[in-house]
Amino acid sequence: MTAVIGKPLREGPGRRAAPPRPVWEETPTRAGLAGKALVLALACLAILFPLWIVVVTSLSSRRTIDEAGGLVMVPRGITLIAYRELLGGGQVTRAAVVSILITLVGTLFSMTVSVLCAYGLSRTGSLGHRWILMTLLATMFFSAGLIPTYLLVQTLGLTDTYLALILPSAVSVFNILVLRGFFMNISPELVDSARIDGAGDLRILWAIVMPLSRAVLAVITLFYAVGYWSAWFNASLYLNDQSMLPLQNVMIQLVQKQEAPVGLAQSIKTGQLSGLAVQMAVMVMALLPVAVLSPFVQKHFRKGMLIGAVKG
Amino acid sequence: MSHSTVPRSGTEADATERTPVASGGATGTRDDRHRGRLSLRTRLRRDRVLLLMTLPAVVLVLLFNYLPILGNVVAFQDYDPYLSDNGVVSILHSPWVGVENFRAIFADSAFWSAMRNTLILFFLQLVLYFPVPILLALLINSVVRPRVRAVAQAVLYLPHFFSWVLVIAVFQQLLGGAGLLSQLLRQHGYDGLDIMTDPTTFKFLLTAQSVWKDAGWGIIVFLAALASVSPDLYEAAAMDGAGRWRRIWHVTLPALRPVIALLLVLRVGDALTVGFEQILLQRDAVGPGAAEVLDTFVWWNGVRNQDFGYAAAAGLIKGVVSLGLVLAANKVAHLMGEQGVYRK
Repeated sequence: MTAVIGKPLREGPGRRAAPPRPVWEETPTRAGLAGKALVLALACLAILFPLWIVVVTSLSSRRTIDEAGGLVMVPRGITLIAYRELLGGGQVTRAAVVSILITLVGTLFSMTVSVLCAYGLSRTGSLGHRWILMTLLATMFFSAGLIPTYLLVQTLGLTDTYLALILPSAVSVFNILVLRGFFMNISPELVDSARIDGAGDLRILWAIVMPLSRAVLAVITLFYAVGYWSAWFNASLYLNDQSMLPLQNVMIQLVQKQEAPVGLAQSIKTGQLSGLAVQMAVMVMALLPVAVLSPFVQKHFRKGMLIGAVKG
Repeated sequence: MSHSTVPRSGTEADATERTPVASGGATGTRDDRHRGRLSLRTRLRRDRVLLLMTLPAVVLVLLFNYLPILGNVVAFQDYDPYLSDNGVVSILHSPWVGVENFRAIFADSAFWSAMRNTLILFFLQLVLYFPVPILLALLINSVVRPRVRAVAQAVLYLPHFFSWVLVIAVFQQLLGGAGLLSQLLRQHGYDGLDIMTDPTTFKFLLTAQSVWKDAGWGIIVFLAALASVSPDLYEAAAMDGAGRWRRIWHVTLPALRPVIALLLVLRVGDALTVGFEQILLQRDAVGPGAAEVLDTFVWWNGVRNQDFGYAAAAGLIKGVVSLGLVLAANKVAHLMGEQGVYRK
């Protein structure tokens, strides 16, 4: 599960020696280097080791788990039985589908609204530009509070609908500011020449600005998608119907509260299936999309965070 | 302190140059198109497409960020949610009780316990969590091999994207009563232990979870600041005979200072918010005595006990104090001569 970076970095092929050291810099001591490597290795291990255990246990047979007395550290006899059972229809399958759909629809909606707004605010001196920016910025300093928001969502009649999981958290002002910062850095000459050629604002956004901001669009899309994928609190507030719950909420029931998944209780009781492997498989399903996607977007993170703090 | 009359040489000015993080990347390269000269109607016609583009986001923000503020009036009511399905109607018909809710809260020992837990957690995180990303960033920044850097960063960023549900599940598998640690202890003839449900160590557990999840992500901002330091500065310092540690002290740390100040301001402004989701998920296992913080106090009284007036009052207290904290922290940052969250 180590994150593999797709392409070698621009510094050249991976196995190249470190770049030459400046003349004035002292050569590092052996002990210093070893210490540094050790700390980094420990930090990475602290993250990867638990994930490794979860993945391996989810792929282990009932017997392997019993022999290990619980969690499995060394893979022996890989089996996909836990995944087969979970994805063969039923509670977890439904929850996964719900989560995927909410993530797709929500991310698309959030991105559309945010990109439009960021572009609409990217020209200083346009009408109302300052006021709108201030209105958005102010929300970063206060929150209306849980109770009034809860009452509002109920009043709007969003309870027991998936809209309650999308609309209240659809707009992140921070993300809009990051996008806006990028759009403002695109050379005005390009935009002006397009305007002279008769392109309208929508056309400019679609044909010029967006293709030039692929990196930041990828980062913000990931932020929104991870937000929707990881959300569980709103579902616990607004959904009373158990069959509507997304994957994270089902994970709370199965892993935290140790309930057996609906329909699989029997085979776990009779010992065909390990309850532990089932729990771990649910966790792997929750972490897999995130772990696969984020390393690809990683190299753009820093740029995105840089322009994050913009004042009106 | 901010106005030194001593003219500074170029390199020094560079050293304390604001990083983009602290000063914002908005450079007004675009022409401010003769704002005064055009009539409102002309500007409206010219910018109508831009305005329409911002409309959806603005409507959503007004609806979900501004409109609920009015809902805080229930803090001054004995709000009865069963009067009607429509919250507005319920608010109009619920009896007003003045500051009765606030008086009750200030007399409620559970509230003060939640307040104490919140503050203890805030200080714990400040001491045990806040420095970790800074140290990690210094470490990664000193690694020369690009390959090692990229892999280490990819691994360290990863947990930030996991949901709290998943992070807590992972911790449960490692440290819980049926987890790996207990498993290993039992295999070697000791008693298993369940760190996940122990109220005495719970606050340290929360801090450890926060470090595991977000410390790696926190590196980014500091790395960005470090990347903007000119190598000439290091060279000049070395020429002047500064050793490795002296260079860190006189070149690297001053470059980080504005970022650290900004993040401290943000953190202090958010002092009363300490991991709502993270604590809510573990509240039942540990018990409210050790785990209740202000946010969960509001959730418990409102969502669980349906005592909305009381809960909203508690939330309002927290909101007002938080706003005061943000503004005060900003003031302090400005006095220290650093950029705060907003300009004066």
